[in-house]
Amino acid sequence: MISLTVNGQTRETVAEPRRLLCDVLREDFNLTGTHVGCEHGVCGACTVLIDDKPARACLTYAVQMEGHEITTIEAVGEAQLSPLQRALHEEHGLQCGFCTPGIVMTFEAFLRDVPDPTEEEVRDVLSGNLCRCTGYQNIVAAVLKAAATMREARL
Amino acid sequence: MKPASFNYHRPQTVEAAIGLLARYGASAKPIAGGQSLGPMLNMRLARPEHLVDLNDLVELDFLRASGEVLEIGAMTRHIRIATAPEVRRAHPLLAAAAATIGHYPIRQRGTIGGSLVHADPAAQIPLIATLCNAEIIVSGMAGTREVSASEFFQAVMTVDLRHGEMLTAVRFPVLAATTGWGFRLFSRRRGDFAIVAVATTLSLDGDGRFATVDIAVGGVDSVPLRIDLSGAAIKGEIPTESRVSDMAAFVADRINPDDGATIPAEYRRKLAAELARQALHEALERTRGVAS
Ligand SMILES: Cc1cc2nc3c(=O)[nH]c(=O)nc-3n(C[C@H](O)[C@H](O)[C@H](O)COP(=O)(O)OP(=O)(O)OC[C@H]3O[C@@H](n4cnc5c(N)ncnc54)[C@H](O)[C@@H]3O)c2cc1C
Ligand code: FES
Ligand code: FES
Repeated sequence: MISLTVNGQTRETVAEPRRLLCDVLREDFNLTGTHVGCEHGVCGACTVLIDDKPARACLTYAVQMEGHEITTIEAVGEAQLSPLQRALHEEHGLQCGFCTPGIVMTFEAFLRDVPDPTEEEVRDVLSGNLCRCTGYQNIVAAVLKAAATMREARL
Repeated sequence: MKPASFNYHRPQTVEAAIGLLARYGASAKPIAGGQSLGPMLNMRLARPEHLVDLNDLVELDFLRASGEVLEIGAMTRHIRIATAPEVRRAHPLLAAAAATIGHYPIRQRGTIGGSLVHADPAAQIPLIATLCNAEIIVSGMAGTREVSASEFFQAVMTVDLRHGEMLTAVRFPVLAATTGWGFRLFSRRRGDFAIVAVATTLSLDGDGRFATVDIAVGGVDSVPLRIDLSGAAIKGEIPTESRVSDMAAFVADRINPDDGATIPAEYRRKLAAELARQALHEALERTRGVAS
C-alpha cells in the first residue's frame, strides 16, 4: 500500500514499485488528464508538478512519491480557466489537445519562476513538449499573453 | 515500455545507501533524477533487482564555493547548477553548459551525479568535468576516493565505480575572473543530446597573446576528449582570426569519430572544427571584456 498526496488530497493504492506515476494517476486514481505519449521523457505529455516543480510522470515511479506533493492538470482552473488556459483558448494554442495538459503544467510552473520571459525563453522551455498539431506559434503567443495578463493581475 | 519488477529501497543516509549497494552489488542500481535510468528501465535496457533511491539524501544536494574550489553534491539538480549565483560566479562555464541540458522539466530532476555516472559521451557535465580536470569523489564501504575526470570516464557509459561505491560529490577548480570560456553544441532539435559539443577555457598574457588554452570535445569518441594543444604552438601567439581557425582545424585533426549510419565521421569532424572556432571566439571576447 502506498499513500500519495495528489492535488492536496491523500490517496492510497496498492502498487508494485515498478508502476509509473502516470499509470497510477490514470488507472488507480482516474486522473486521466495526465497524458502518456512516449514513456521515455521526450514528449512532455505526462508532465505533472512534484513539489511545485515540473517533472515527467513517466520517469517517476509512484512509490518514490510518498512524502511529496503531486499536482496534476485536474487541479488547474477548477473553478474557471487559469490565465494560461484562457490564453491558449483565445490564441488557438491547441487542436487535438493531447499535448496540452503537459504544456499547461510546464508553463504554470515556469511562469511562477520567470514571470516576464522573453520569446526565446518560452521557446526554450517549449522544446520539452511535442505538439503534432499546432506548429507551436500559437502556443508561444499564448504563453506570452498569459505572462502579461498574470503580471498585470499582480500589479 | 514498462520496467521489469524491482525491489525498492529508500535509504535515509549515505552510509545506508552504500550498505545497500554493497549488499546487492551488481543487482542493485542507484536512482537519482531518473532522467536517464528511467528511460532505460522503461525500455528494459536496465533490469536491476534492487533500486536504491538517493532522493532522500538531502545532504548530497549542496554547492560549496570556497576560494579555489567549487564542490557540488551528487544530488544537486541541473537547474540549480544552471541558475545559482555561486556557480555563475565560480564557474560560469559549468552554469552555461548545465542550462543546455535536455529541457526545463528534465533539469528540475536530473542531477550532476547522475550525469557523471551515466557518462554519455556527448553529455555536457562530463565534457566540462574533463576540460576542467574536475575531481570526482566516490564513497564505498572501504572509504572515500578521489578520481580525476580523465580517469573516471573509461568508455561509453562506463566509469570507475567499484563494487558498492557511489558518487557523492565533484570538485571543480574555480575559474579565474580573467579566464575566457566558450561553450558550443549542435543538436538537430533543442534539448537532444549534442551531436558534437566543444568547451574551451583560455587566458591571455599582458600583451594580449595566448597564455593558456584548453579545449575538450564531446560526442566524437567513447569519452569526452581533452585535446593536447602542445603541438599547435599557441603560447605567445597573437589571437588573430586565422590563428583561431588554425587551432580549430588542429582540434578537428586530433579526433577520430566513428562513421555512423546517419552521421558520417567527416560531418562530426567539420562540426567539431566549426564549434571549436566559435567557442574560441566566444572565449576571446570574454577575456577582452575582462581586460577592457
Ligand atoms: C528528454 C531528455 C533529454 C535529455 N537531454 C540531455 C542532454 O542534452 N544532455 C545531457 O547531458 N543529458 C540529457 N538528458 C539526461 C539528463 O541529463 C539526466 O539527468 C542525466 O543524464 C542523469 O542524471 P539523473 O540524476 O537523472 O540520473 P539517473 O537517471 O537517476 O541515473 C543515471 C545513472 O547514474 C547512476 N547514478 C545516479 N546517481 C548516482 C550516484 N550518486 N552514484 C552512483 N551512481 C549513480 C544510476 O544508477 C544510473 O546508472 C536528457 C534526458 C531526457 C529524458
Ligand atoms: S510520456 Fe512522459 S515524456 Fe512522453
Ligand atoms: S494540440 Fe494536438 S498534439 Fe498539440
